[in-house]
Parts: sequence; C-alpha cells; structure tokens
Amino acid sequence: MSALTGTRGLVRLALRRDRVRLPLWVLWLGLIPPSFVSATERLYPTAAEQLQYARTTGNNPTFLALYGPIHDPGLGGIVVQRAGLLSVVIALISALTVIRHTRTEEEAGRRELLGASGTGRAAPLAAALLVAMSACLVSGALVAAGMIGQGMPAAGSVAFGLQLVIGGWVFAAVAGLAAQLTVGSAAARGLSLAVLGAAFLTRMAADAVGGLSWLGWASPLAWAQRLRPYAGERWWPLALAVAAVVALTWAAGRIAARRDLGAGMLPERLGPADAAPRLAGPFSLAWRLHRRALYGWLAGFTALGAVYGGLAGGVQDMIGDNPGLREVFTRLGGASGLLDAYFASVMGILGLIAAAYAVSAALRLRSEEAALHIEPLLATPAGRLRWAASHLAVAAAGSAALLAAGGLATALVHGLVDDRLRADLPKVLGAAMVQLPAVWLIAAICVALFGLLPHLTALSWSAVAAAGLVMAFGAGLDLSRPVRNLSPFTHVPQIGSADFTPAPLIALLTAAAALAALGLAGFRRRDLALG
Amino acid sequence: MNTPVMTPISVSGLTKSFGRTRALDGLDLTVRAGEVHGFLGPNGAGKSTTIRVLLGMLRADGGTAELFGGDPWRDATDLHRRLAYVPGDVTLWPELTGGEVIDLIGRMRGGIDPSRKAELLELFELDPRKKSRTYSKGNRQKVGLVTALASDAELLILDEPTSGLDPLMEEVFQDCVRRARRDGRTVLLSSHILSEVEALCDRVTIIRGGRTVESGTLDELRHLTRTSVDAVLDALPDGLAALPGVHDLRVEGNRVRCEVDTARLGEVLACLSAVGVRTLTSRPPTLDELFLRHYQPEATR
Repeated sequence: MSALTGTRGLVRLALRRDRVRLPLWVLWLGLIPPSFVSATERLYPTAAEQLQYARTTGNNPTFLALYGPIHDPGLGGIVVQRAGLLSVVIALISALTVIRHTRTEEEAGRRELLGASGTGRAAPLAAALLVAMSACLVSGALVAAGMIGQGMPAAGSVAFGLQLVIGGWVFAAVAGLAAQLTVGSAAARGLSLAVLGAAFLTRMAADAVGGLSWLGWASPLAWAQRLRPYAGERWWPLALAVAAVVALTWAAGRIAARRDLGAGMLPERLGPADAAPRLAGPFSLAWRLHRRALYGWLAGFTALGAVYGGLAGGVQDMIGDNPGLREVFTRLGGASGLLDAYFASVMGILGLIAAAYAVSAALRLRSEEAALHIEPLLATPAGRLRWAASHLAVAAAGSAALLAAGGLATALVHGLVDDRLRADLPKVLGAAMVQLPAVWLIAAICVALFGLLPHLTALSWSAVAAAGLVMAFGAGLDLSRPVRNLSPFTHVPQIGSADFTPAPLIALLTAAAALAALGLAGFRRRDLALG
Repeated sequence: MNTPVMTPISVSGLTKSFGRTRALDGLDLTVRAGEVHGFLGPNGAGKSTTIRVLLGMLRADGGTAELFGGDPWRDATDLHRRLAYVPGDVTLWPELTGGEVIDLIGRMRGGIDPSRKAELLELFELDPRKKSRTYSKGNRQKVGLVTALASDAELLILDEPTSGLDPLMEEVFQDCVRRARRDGRTVLLSSHILSEVEALCDRVTIIRGGRTVESGTLDELRHLTRTSVDAVLDALPDGLAALPGVHDLRVEGNRVRCEVDTARLGEVLACLSAVGVRTLTSRPPTLDELFLRHYQPEATR
C-alpha cells in the first residue's frame, strides 16, 4: 500500500463535505475583483482622474501598508491595489481548509476509521492540498476570465489571477506542514496564522517604509504583488512561490509518512494541574472560554480603527473634486460636514462588525449546549439563567469594548496625524459608542432564537447579513425606507448633527431588553436540546 | 417507600416524548438511601432521558419524579447541592486541562478536597495537566469520575460511567463505588455492563422501551428465572416432563438436562433424588441470561 492510496476517495469525501462552503468562497473570491473594474470606472472615469487618484490616495502610507503599491497608475493598477487584501483572505481560507481536512479530522478520530480501511498515511494531506489548491486555481481563473471579459489586457489579467493562486497555494502548503507538526488543530491553525501574520507584516513594512522594499522577498504575499499585473508583467516570482510550495509539501509529506497517527513533531504543552482560584463559577468559565477570541477581535478593531483614523485626513483630498464620491458620502452619513459623515459611516461599519462579534459570542450558548458541555455545569447548583447570563455578559461587554477600542484608535491616530485630538476624541468615541444599542439588539435576536427555537439559533447570522446588506447597498441602490428601517443601524443617530436625539437609542435598547428577556424566559422553560 | 421524604430517587409512571418518539412510557424507579442501584437497559431504553429528567434538564410530560422529595425541575438549584453527576458522554472544554475541569465543577458544587482529588488522580492514573482536547474517551470519562467521586455529594448519579475504561480501571472504579457505599452515599449506576452491576449493586431496575420491566434485589430477580440442571441418574423418573416449571427437557440415556424455574427447583430436585442421582450440576442464571430474557422478542422467551 503506498502512502497515497485512497487519496481519490478522500478528495471526493472533502468535496462532498464542503459542497456548499467551497463553491461559495471560490465564487466570492473569483467574482469580487472583476466587480471592482466598473466601480472604479464609475468613480474615476477618465485617465487623468485615475492618474490623480493613483498619485494621491493610492500612495497614502495607510493604503500602501494595507493594500500594497500601485504599479500601474491606470484602471488595472487601481483595481489590483484595491484587491490587495484578497490574497491574504484566500491564504487564510485555504489554510483553514487544509487544517480542517487533516488535523481536525485526525483529532476527531475520524481519520482512524479511514486509516483502518486502506488509506495511505499521506493520503489525507494530499487530498486536502489537492482540494484547497484546485479551489484557489478556479478562483484565480475566474478573476483572470472576469478581467479579460471586461476588456482588460490578457497577460495582466492572468498575472492578477495568479496573485490569488500564489497566496492560496503557499499558505495551503504552510498549513499542510503545520498540521503535521502540531498535535491539536487549534495549534496548527495558530501556527499557520502566525506565519500568515508575519508574511503580512513583512509585506506592509516593505511597501510602506522607504528603503525596506528588499524585505518583500521574504514574504510570499509580496511575491504575488511583484508579478506586476498590467504594469509590464514579471513572471519569475512565480518560481519562488512554486519552489516554496514544493519544499513545504515535501517536508509535510515526509513527516506524514513517518509519524504516528495523532502525534505531532512539536510537543504538546502541558497546562496547570489545578485551576486558578478564580475559576470557580459560570462567569469565570465564560471569561476563560471567550477571552482569547476577544483579544483577537480587540486587536483587529484597534488596527481597523487606526486605519480609519489614518485615512480621515485624506478624506477631503480623496473626495475633493469627485462629485460622485461626495454624493455617496453625504448620502451615507447625512449632510453635516464631510468629516462627521465619514466618521459616522466608518463607525457604522465598526458597529456591524461588533454585531458579528456579539452574535458569535452569544451563539456560544447554543454550541455549549449542543456539545453537551452544559450538562455537567447544570448538574451543579449554578442555575440556567446564571449560566446564560455569563456568556451574554461577555457578548455585551465585549462588543462595547470593541467599539471603544475601535473608536479610540480612530480618534488617536486621526488626532496625532492631524493634531486635533482634543476636539475630535469625544466626537469620534461617541460616534462609535452610539452603535452599541443596535449591536445589542442584533445579539438579542440571537438570544430570543436560542430560547425559543434552539435548533435555529444560527439563523441570527441572517440578522447581521441583512444589516450588512442594508448598510452596503442601502444608499447606493436607493432601497425603500421601510426596507432600510429593518436594520437597527439605520436608526442610529449621528453624533454632532443638529437633529441628534437619544430617542432612537432608547427604543433600540428597549427592544433589545425585551427580546433578550423573551429568549431567557423561553430557555428557562424549555428542555435542554442536547446534541 | 417507608420514608418517602428521605428516598433519594422516587419515580413513578414517568412519561416523556420527543416529537413522535416516546422515550419514557410509564417508567418506575425507586432508589433507597445508602444503596447502590443498578439501572439496566439497552441503548435507547430511556436511561439517560430518565436521568436528565431527574437533573431538571428535561421536563417530564407525565408521572412523578422526585429527588430527595423535591421537584427536580423546580428545585434544581437546591437539589444539585446534594448530588454529583457523571454524564454518559463526558465532553470537556478543549482549552482547559483535566485538572482545571475537576476543580471548576467541584467548586461550583461547593468545594473540592484537594487530597481526595490527588488520591483519585493517582488511582485512575490520570495526568491532570493535559489539555482536554488531547484526552481519549476513557480519559475524559476519568475526569468525570474523579470530579464526582472527589465530591462529598450524598447521591452519585453515574450514567454508563465506565464506557471506554480498561479492565484495570474498571476494578478501580468498582473499589471507589464500594467505598462510596461504605461512606453511606447513595449511587444510581446506569449501565449495560452486567458483570459490573452484578458486582456492585444491591438492587437493580431493568427497563426496556421506556418502561420498567423488573425491579428488585439480584436474588429476587434470579428467583424469577431459570436454573440449568444437568444430571446423570440411576433411572429415568416418571413425570419429570409433566412437573410444573420444567422446560427444554432433553434426555440421552440416563442423562437429563433441563431448565427449571428457580422457584420450582426444590420440587424438581426431590423428583430427581427419588430415583437416585449419580452426578448433578446446576448453574444459577447469570444476569446476562436474565437480561437477554427480557430483551428477546416476546415469542422466543
């Protein structure tokens, strides 16, 4: 039996299990970049405007750090820059896909079942890599085809597609190796994300700091950029990526073929034999279970806030003499001052993301119940309500902390750059915190579902999605007022505007409290839905 | 039922349905203070459902369930101070170590004795420093057992606690249960491992299809079943086949083999010894036979 026996079957199994998820992300990643072409053309119709944008905003240090440089100061180059984060996204998704089909399977014991039925030792790794890499290839092909379809040059479009493929392939291989090295899937994910984070930071430094551009050769994400789509394509960085993929895959394959099932190369760290004195009830447990994720979200909000703060000064330049953008911004946030409208609009985005956090934290109620973790807890004197309150407290306070961190970071960076800290801090922080009642209302929908229809709790994501759609397209598509009113964020008043009134906030809070109370009353009365 | 208020567990006519499935269909269960009570039944018979009703996790549709004379649904919080529970499928938070889980649950119950915990960890050979995600099924089960056994609860509710344990650990577990009984604790032991129940339990309740089919001491239950008799006689007795309580009679020359209702054993032996017995082997029914008899379809019993 060769180490690869059974790969084909495992590929089919992975495709069957991912039959919804895989096409979704492949399509999404493949269709987004081509959609940027018409959007960019609408905003900057003439070559002169495109050149102007590329010289000013496109060269703003925040943009350089976040998205990378503009090699071609025309339509193609602008689109490539705007899609700059997508290679990070595809890297992330393909790494997670590989780990899910390798180490997670092994951890769950399902691999053992297959190993006993004539599956080679390296087959799971090979199958996971095949699936993830083929998916990346399809995404890349969609990007290239979509760009060519809109009349962009063929060579540049192929290079653009290959940017995504490089990101996806290299980090699929990184994850394949990480899954062999570590024992747990969480550790494998952590290791892969650490490598991705390092690659991103390296690329950021190379692009944003003068004189450090040589550093880019250490980052696979920079290799992708250096294909220079639409700007005199250079193909040889592909060789670097291919060499890295081959080397990583070879190493992972060697380890997979030799190691014991369930074992890794890096030792599993031992933890404490006794719990810290504080770990003694539902609230300390909830904090323990949520804290790591919350720290990650806090870091993300701080970074995003800093970016928004850094961009604030350029808002006037960016919009300056572009009537289309100006109109969009005033419609997004009201008419009272471009900067106020900008802050209201970016804080709305932070609010939406905070709602996603609040829902993910509140959903822990359901996942703890379904995973039977709730059983030993509720066999102790801790009551149901106290247990539910422990997770909801984290969701509520956590989302408040996220908004505060995002608002503070925005205000600080904006204040430092533009020297307006004292004037803008209360205003920006206020703009962030007024989102909170809307965030809590969405979390309360989750609580109501959990209490009344536990098996449908995951539907609370649709509330986040609906609010997101209204926010993204409400202004642009001229959605009717009643439809826009469905999103709680539509009702958030704008801080600093003349017609600010706290009434909508009180209404949102009341609705949130009522829904949460309904959900908790339902949970107290219902059977546990175990498994 | 002499002192109903003190009876740790008293269930009668309990019914519970999930949608169209009738999980409990008039189940009775009485566990007396200080006894180890075996709760036997095949998978899906309703053991875990009964236990979850007793723990206030599910609400009964009909019948009564009492825990220390209280209502397991309404008085859950107070009643839970007096019991410890090991679920049939111990699932742990992957990021916590086994030791942390033991301390956490122990403290939520009202405190844990560190020396007792250390002793049990040693007995069960469990490394408390490992993250729960790396524990095997058996080790997760050990975490649940150490948590419950290290407590000072009056009542231990153990739902198939030894699934996944090796025979050595099964031995350790049995010692711990015997010790719990010596300490005056009450144990409800749900199981389908008959040797375990036979070794530990004072009384047994056998359920099937959500309803109780037998309940009593092991001796009482054996009395209801048949003993195998295999004898070589001087002559063949008349009328053996006609005696009440004799089944499956096979005769080869002077050798007689049959199954005898245990309650009728005396009469049958008298009949045999009347003609002269050369050799005689008789084997009491094992719990396995008892069990199988209850779970075979009606016709073949």
